[in-house]
Amino acid sequence: MSVFVLRRFLTLVATLLGASVIIFLVLDALPGNAAETLMGADASPDAIRALTVKLGLDQPLLTRYVHWIGGMLVGDLGNSYAYGTPVAGLIAERLALTIPLAILSMAITVVLALAAGIYTAANHNRLGDVGVMSLTQIGIALPNFWFAILLILLFAVKLQWLSAGGFAGWDDGIWPGVKSLLLPAVSLAVVQAAILARVTRSAVLEVLREDFVRTARAKGLSRREVLWQHVLRNAMIPVMTVMGLQFANLLAGTIVIENVFYLPGLGRLIFQSIANRDLIVVRNCVMLLAGMVVVVNFVVDVLYAYIDPRIKVHDL
Amino acid sequence: MSSAPTITLAPAAARRANGFWRRALRHRSFVLGGALCLLVLFAALLSLVWTPWSAYDLDVAAKLRPPSASHWLGTDVLGRDIVSLLLVGARATILVGIIAVGIGLTFGVGLGLIAAARRGWTEELIMRMSDFTFAFPAVLSAIMLAAVVGPGMVTSITAIGIFQIPVFVRVTRGSAGAIWAREFVLAARASGKGRFRITIEHVLPNIMSVLIVQATIQFALAILAEAALSYLGLGTQPPTPSWGRMLNDAQSLLFQSPMLAVYPGMAIAIAVLGLNLLGDGLRDLLDPRLSRER
Repeated sequence: MSVFVLRRFLTLVATLLGASVIIFLVLDALPGNAAETLMGADASPDAIRALTVKLGLDQPLLTRYVHWIGGMLVGDLGNSYAYGTPVAGLIAERLALTIPLAILSMAITVVLALAAGIYTAANHNRLGDVGVMSLTQIGIALPNFWFAILLILLFAVKLQWLSAGGFAGWDDGIWPGVKSLLLPAVSLAVVQAAILARVTRSAVLEVLREDFVRTARAKGLSRREVLWQHVLRNAMIPVMTVMGLQFANLLAGTIVIENVFYLPGLGRLIFQSIANRDLIVVRNCVMLLAGMVVVVNFVVDVLYAYIDPRIKVHDL
Repeated sequence: MSSAPTITLAPAAARRANGFWRRALRHRSFVLGGALCLLVLFAALLSLVWTPWSAYDLDVAAKLRPPSASHWLGTDVLGRDIVSLLLVGARATILVGIIAVGIGLTFGVGLGLIAAARRGWTEELIMRMSDFTFAFPAVLSAIMLAAVVGPGMVTSITAIGIFQIPVFVRVTRGSAGAIWAREFVLAARASGKGRFRITIEHVLPNIMSVLIVQATIQFALAILAEAALSYLGLGTQPPTPSWGRMLNDAQSLLFQSPMLAVYPGMAIAIAVLGLNLLGDGLRDLLDPRLSRER
């Protein structure tokens, strides 16, 4: 078990390092110089030269890379080219929106998906099963940002219950903030839940066919007891795999959804930074998102080993 | 004598193909999915020869018209005919999908086959690299590329294509690994065939159905990604019509013309639903062992 976790952890570190190299090479080493793009075409060569030195862009690539990684370890990501303020502060500010959004939509996803998945599996091939499964088939085909626009049309334009966008912040208590994240979270969740519901259903049906289920029924447990005590625990492994992958999708999805609802989160920050040619912010945001994806997958892998002790090192 | 096998083989192959189509046409999701896909394909092809109006000519005087006999679904904010935009938009969708999945298939299947054939550290390296590519969802790589080379169709195709590669690597490696363990491969090795020949002659044909099914599903995902990127302004650029872009334009007019935000989304959903159903159908028809619980 601990060997498995250790080995998996080393892979995690290697993956993060690899990701940082790629991001650095793409964003910092490819054509053009950030100072040049920042100052525009008609800046004097001397001014560009001065800014280049000021931003440390005259240093060799390796030095700059080591400087970036070293800074990251102590929480110093450098200063934004456009705002002049520390990048770490900018990102932390935006995470106050993006992380609650991701957690809220993951929670909605899991509740919807498990409810639908268990319901359909328990009612296999009956009308409810067929109906819910057709709905999930449609759900998978919906682009989440379009679903978001439809929700805005219904709840903001037609019913006028919620606002069409913007973020109320956390200063007036939890509710106004959650309220402005509700539509974004639901639009992210519905599509993901459709996929996860199908996975849950297949997993539960698969386990229902196992011998130990028949044994449990034979010893006198009711269908309900078997389902909750024996089947669900065993069906959770594939469900968790997909949940891990979905969390990655969810993070990418927040970039899109934040733009639909004009939410000042990480996704908006990336977009504004691209528009401002603020590459240092883009680089750190992309690294953060990629890092979160990798770490979530690591956690899922370790959780498996915890849930299912049969998973061994060579299955890695 | 050399012509004898061809004579006996051809009818057998034809019979097999016949049987496939007979079963296929009775399969509900295959037929429905196929019909939806053909609809989108037809829209794209039709737009090459005919559209009710030009999708590029602006006529601001005729902006935001409601549906009528001349503009079946009305006009957008620049006076362009919605039906024409939808028809031409199908082209971008299909083009990006085909190229991106093509990139994923070419590199992903190639690397997956190598990993399965060589094992050892080659396999380890390929699999770790593909794990690592997973850390960059299409939107993220598109953002990086857009920051450096600027947004556009090439940016979105590249980003989506790169993200397809690890999926195909995993699927190929998984199913090819199973084929390598089969006895007919052992027989082929015993008869002196090299790894390369075995891969081409025995492994690849046997994993074809898995790959076709996966490619269908990946095509659907590519369409969704293309729509999202175009919506964000990172993909297909105006004036080339694209469904994602149309949604972006429509969003600022939600209160005036809500229906403008409905049509392009429906078009995307139809294309994706069609491909998903087709994929499900193909999975059942080509490889019954893979069929999901339904």
